Amino acid sequence: MTNEEIKKSLSEKFPMLADWDEQYGLLSFRSGADKGLEVLQYLFHNLGFQFLTDLTAVHYPEKAGEELCVVYHLHNLVENVRIKMKIFVPVAKPDVFSATSVFAGANWMERETYDFFGVNFVGHPDLKRILNVDDMDYFPMRKEYPMEDPTRTDKDDEMFGRG
Amino acid sequence: MTEQHIKLAEESLEKQTTTINVGPTHPATHGVFQNIMEIDGERVLSTVPTIGYIHRAFEKIAERRPYYQITPLTDRLNYCSAPINNIGWHLTIEKLVGIDIPKRVQYLRVIIMELARIADHLVCNSVIAVDTGALTPFTYVFQWREKIYEIYEEICGSRLTTNIGRIGGFERNFSEVAWKKIHDFVEGFPKMLEEFEALLTRNRIFMDRCIGAGPISAERALNYSFTGPNLRASGVDYDVRVHSPYSSYDDFEFSIPVGATGDVYDRYLVRNKEMWESVSIINQALGKLKDHDPSVYHADAPDFYLPEKAAVYTKMEALIYHFKIIMGETDLPAGEVYHSVEGANGEVGYYLISDGGRSPYRLHFRRPCFIYYQAFPELVSGGLLSDAIVTLSSLNVIAGELDA
Repeated sequence: MTNEEIKKSLSEKFPMLADWDEQYGLLSFRSGADKGLEVLQYLFHNLGFQFLTDLTAVHYPEKAGEELCVVYHLHNLVENVRIKMKIFVPVAKPDVFSATSVFAGANWMERETYDFFGVNFVGHPDLKRILNVDDMDYFPMRKEYPMEDPTRTDKDDEMFGRG
Repeated sequence: MTEQHIKLAEESLEKQTTTINVGPTHPATHGVFQNIMEIDGERVLSTVPTIGYIHRAFEKIAERRPYYQITPLTDRLNYCSAPINNIGWHLTIEKLVGIDIPKRVQYLRVIIMELARIADHLVCNSVIAVDTGALTPFTYVFQWREKIYEIYEEICGSRLTTNIGRIGGFERNFSEVAWKKIHDFVEGFPKMLEEFEALLTRNRIFMDRCIGAGPISAERALNYSFTGPNLRASGVDYDVRVHSPYSSYDDFEFSIPVGATGDVYDRYLVRNKEMWESVSIINQALGKLKDHDPSVYHADAPDFYLPEKAAVYTKMEALIYHFKIIMGETDLPAGEVYHSVEGANGEVGYYLISDGGRSPYRLHFRRPCFIYYQAFPELVSGGLLSDAIVTLSSLNVIAGELDA
């Protein structure tokens, strides 16, 4: 099953898929958030992509209206083909379907993505922070937050040569 | 948080089950992670894992660092087999940039990665035994893990968090002392591994503890995105070295050991057999190296690999390259790449988005421990507490890779 065949099969069933790209041999496309679950189910049941390699997000603050990009890496283990799907959502309303109905492994991957980017996975059984402290009220991997924690009050800048 | 699985019997005023807290600091959790278990006598009804105690924000830090400064971060993911993570990261950059690595360097990398795999599996298997009460094999095995540390120290200077290699190869050629240590290791290791097996594999008590504990079927394991020995113990022969070969792994002949039921005993046997396969791969590599020029230890990539120091003091181009690389003025091409290697625990993936600058725009580590640990509640519910402890150690959850 070559990348061309996969692209043809997907484009026929879902003509609104866009941004087809093939960098370093990995076929990549983007889908709308509304059709995303159907595309994932089609990939799972019809094209054999039954292994979810990775689920993460990227923050593009300069793309107004679609700042958060949720990235799915899928793998067809039988034919040994990988594929990448992207879904863009605005940071004002970052709602995406939850892939836990298809992949049990998406559970913690989505919790991690919520923890760091604030993407709201609709239908997730237990969407709460996983790696950060529970009472954190911001999303640290977004580009506007600096690497050093700005909410920290106990660090004295004088002692660190910055006073 | 525990309220959701506290079950009160009908018309009872008090809880019939016990809530216990396993961890975060507990001799049985090898690393820092917590499990709040609900037990009824000795039987585990449910467990809620809590992780994040050693989260160090690697992905955020990586956005601020030039590419070669990210290698020490990758060390600290799976710290029991750090070289695999280092070399995987270098392979990702080399894929992004398009650097051709000489065969000899690829074979040297294979030797180092297989030594790291042996080191990690030694820890995991001996620790399964420790959790059943057998402490002696652990002490035998750590002597040999020490020998692997000595090999790393000869090559890169560090024992555990190695920061081994550079983009394009190795920082120096392997010395005579390093070669002697590698040869001594492959000569003496099989005898030790046979001794280790004789203590445990057909041991009545070990088998009774491990067979049937924490099984998982192949379908559930695939749905949970398991990779590595835990997936192979369930019967699926997925190995990144075979399915997406990197660093000339397709030049080697080795088999993928596969289990049947995915219980603790299968995981132990799979890791054990993988150690034998790793020794075989190292021996094949040592044979193949004879056909290559022994002075080659890095690729010709002057934009990324530091020039010889003598040239830096005498030639203008070398001086400029040296300055650019050290000051982080080298820009990498823009693009998106996902590269994965077969770590000791499974598929370690690097999803790198470069915007053409000196640091990644986004770097995400696909960490196998994080992904398969979410199946832990399903593995232990309904089993005994002692089975849960042995299952936890057989999964080989390394806290550094869990939290990043």
